Amino acid sequence: MRVVVQEAPFDPGAELNNFGKGNTDIGAVVSFTGVTRDVSGGLSRMQIEHYPGMTERALTQICEEAQKRWVLADVLVIHRFGTLAPGDTIMMVATASRHRADAFAAADFLMDYLKSRAPFWKKEVTADGADWVAAKDSDEDALDRWS
Amino acid sequence: MIEVLYFAWVRERIGLPKEQVETTATSVMGLVDELRAREERYALAFSDLTALRVALDQDLSDFDASLDGVREVAFFPPMTGG
Repeated sequence: MRVVVQEAPFDPGAELNNFGKGNTDIGAVVSFTGVTRDVSGGLSRMQIEHYPGMTERALTQICEEAQKRWVLADVLVIHRFGTLAPGDTIMMVATASRHRADAFAAADFLMDYLKSRAPFWKKEVTADGADWVAAKDSDEDALDRWS
Repeated sequence: MIEVLYFAWVRERIGLPKEQVETTATSVMGLVDELRAREERYALAFSDLTALRVALDQDLSDFDASLDGVREVAFFPPMTGG
């Protein structure tokens, strides 16, 4: 398992190529990459704040929970903070398993939990000003299907 | 003495990221009431607790929780990661 919280950009392709490398018991790798989207038009940048210490702790707990629920050979979470431009990669998760069903389900679970249980807050900056992104009810509802 | 941290708009509304708080409160709710009584900016930040989350020693908790043995309390809006 690897959990990385960093300000610097990263290369999701290179990360994916190295993920699970050398483990011949892996039959399936699933990955998700989150990208800064210009939701309403006119986004100049996105600022991501986090809670150093708790962020790493929460992400590790979410990964450990995924490892309890599914048979995973490896788990990777990388999440950035700081100032991002539209189109920048914010984060990625990757899961490796013997079979695809566990890898898909675990990646889905990680994303649902990461959205509303890891202490990150997004602020959108446009020419008109800056606004904190509100959490969606649908994000909270998404957790129900894993209970 | 408890370390109290604020994030996102809670931090902006109160005007500081963290502070040491001398408190006699035994629960999170008691601490919130003490902070609310301080100044208008605190009262505003804590006006709607349904819009806030709390973490005790870096674990998500709730406003009814005890502060017994707690060293760090953080207040923030619902998280928006991913």
